Amino acid sequence: MLQVKDLHVTVDGKEILKGLTLTINAGEVHAIMGPNGAGKSTLSAVIAGKDGYEVTHGSVTFEGQDVLEMEIEERAQAGLLLGFQYPVEIPGVKNIYLLKSALNAQRVARGEAEMPAPEFMKLVKEKLGFMKMDASFLQRAVNEGFSGGEKKRNEILQMLVLQPKLAMLDEIDSGLDIDAMKVVADGVNSLRAEERAILLVTHYQRLLDYIVPDKVHVLVDGRIVKSGDAELAKELEANGYEGIEESAA
Amino acid sequence: MASEEMEQLVRREYKDGFITDIESDTLPPGLDENTIAFISNKKGEPEWMLEWRLDAYRQWLKMKEPSWAHLDYPPIDYQSISYFSAPKRPEDRPQSLDEVDPKLLETYEKLGIPLHERAALAGVAVDAVFDSVSVATTFKKQLGEAGVIFCSISEAIRDYPDLIKQYLGTVVPVADNYFAALNSAVFTDGSFVFVPEGVTCPMELSTYFRINAANTGQFERTLIICESRAQVSYLEGCTAPMRDENQLHAAVVELVALDDAYIKYSTVQNWYPGDENGKGGIYNFVTKRGDCRGERSRISWTQVETGSAITWKYPSCVLRGKDSIGEFYSVAVTNGRQQADTGTKMIHIGEGTRSYIVAKGISAGKSDQSYRGLVKIGPRAKGARNFTQCDSLLIGDKCGAHTFPYQEIGNSTATIEHEATTSKIGEDQLFYCQSRGISEEDAVSMIVNGFCKDVFQELPMEFAVEAEALLNVTLEGAVG
Repeated sequence: MLQVKDLHVTVDGKEILKGLTLTINAGEVHAIMGPNGAGKSTLSAVIAGKDGYEVTHGSVTFEGQDVLEMEIEERAQAGLLLGFQYPVEIPGVKNIYLLKSALNAQRVARGEAEMPAPEFMKLVKEKLGFMKMDASFLQRAVNEGFSGGEKKRNEILQMLVLQPKLAMLDEIDSGLDIDAMKVVADGVNSLRAEERAILLVTHYQRLLDYIVPDKVHVLVDGRIVKSGDAELAKELEANGYEGIEESAA
Repeated sequence: MASEEMEQLVRREYKDGFITDIESDTLPPGLDENTIAFISNKKGEPEWMLEWRLDAYRQWLKMKEPSWAHLDYPPIDYQSISYFSAPKRPEDRPQSLDEVDPKLLETYEKLGIPLHERAALAGVAVDAVFDSVSVATTFKKQLGEAGVIFCSISEAIRDYPDLIKQYLGTVVPVADNYFAALNSAVFTDGSFVFVPEGVTCPMELSTYFRINAANTGQFERTLIICESRAQVSYLEGCTAPMRDENQLHAAVVELVALDDAYIKYSTVQNWYPGDENGKGGIYNFVTKRGDCRGERSRISWTQVETGSAITWKYPSCVLRGKDSIGEFYSVAVTNGRQQADTGTKMIHIGEGTRSYIVAKGISAGKSDQSYRGLVKIGPRAKGARNFTQCDSLLIGDKCGAHTFPYQEIGNSTATIEHEATTSKIGEDQLFYCQSRGISEEDAVSMIVNGFCKDVFQELPMEFAVEAEALLNVTLEGAVG
């Protein structure tokens, strides 16, 4: 589904990713772990198309398409969706309006009709309930005055409504208490499907107790230094990143 | 001046150089007392009205065009302007929409202007303007039953001279400012509304006006009076871009609210802004003022300003009556080379008066925009309160936004709050929306509409929907 080959990325002239290679297949859940500053967030930002990241070498393809050539919105329309670590506030724009615009933009791009309003409301209410969110969320401005946990739940709500092919979640666990984390993890787990892949970027192993990955990659200094299954995450928890760095060196 | 003398004057002037065909009702460029006499005569005005105009003209001659605004435009030659021109005759106008600039039609389409209104707006000669005759008749009947007077100011001068004498020029005195004085001398038409005591106007005064808006002149004069406990909501303007061959517009609007009266005045202004270099755009110098004369009266201005090359406009409230309320909600958008210096004045005179100001400015392209607001609290305005929120949003890096708040506080019991923000349209906000699959253009319009929400929700429903569409059209291509 997603192929990242020998990806080199610089930000403000500084090389952050130094030859990253990664393949994700449909149905898989991958976790990328690593110490701060290793380039974890850079990977998902580059795939989503954020400005300010210069790809100096390598390629990213999604279902055969050259992702790096696509506009930001085209990537989302193709089924790539990024859940933000720090979702931005958009004053005056209702949450429900953003959801509806995004869903319909994606449907129209795929050549489908816009979703009729009653069907849309039914869908949103169902997902809202699943995320244990109050209906008043829909009428509030996007992320405005949301607590950290509410913002993260809102990101997952968008995923549940938009149903991407590849869901990328950047540090979705940061700033969550245990109850909120469970709700978020339930949301992510409900996305698991044969035709869908999930890429988790996280600093802590804790999240992976709730969302058990198929593959774990350790990212150190811009490269994946070790890959394994869920056990690898536990190993990291026990020995820290330093042990891995040493063994990789 | 006796009417006989005036007749002579007009005739003499006609002989001396008014263009040959007097039937065409058009004056050659130039302004002097004869011009004013001609206009007054054409309108069939009584002598006192002519005197009123001439008084304004004589004061105007002694005044200087203001230069304090943050605006840059070449000097206006007031002698090169024609001060009276009747609407073009049907045979001189486009005969069908096929003859109208396709770009203009495209904009009507995007704004969702009903088909039958497009022709009238584009200046096409249409007989019996669609349903407007019957619509207008129905409206007139309903208004008449309620006792509401709604007619052109010219009609009002003829038919309701006592009301005109009592109120005209009492809110904006003839020599209030340079442009108001000019307007007082040469105004050609506008609207008059009178809502008698205790009456709530049974409809928003909108559709009727909108249909007729196509022919309003460059020097409009509007007077709205609400007697005690009367209410009216008045909608001015039109979201469709209005073309006009007259570059200079100087309107005056006066509102009078007596005890417990409420006047809500909403404007959508979309005059031609000129081409990308700002050429040919309208200069809009407007004086709008509301007088909360009665106790607990309330006047609310809501405006969406997107057009004109130059905008100079400060809808204001004089809060004279005890516990009266003044409100100003504004969205001003400038793009291309547009310049706008706009804001409000809240003059607190009475005890317990309150005012609210919410001004949102959006600058894009190479445009320049200023918010200029005065809050003045007089010595007798015990316990007066003002809240001002003033936000600017910049799109791109070639535009400008400036804020000039003035406060004159003459009373220590007053409470003044002022909040101001300037932000660039956030790269992060755009990225967030786009990464959900929304195009950049739609994302910009979503963010901008969100920014303006506090003001849009003050607009009557149908206007609010149109205003959003208008904003999108105005900002098309502003990013990227």
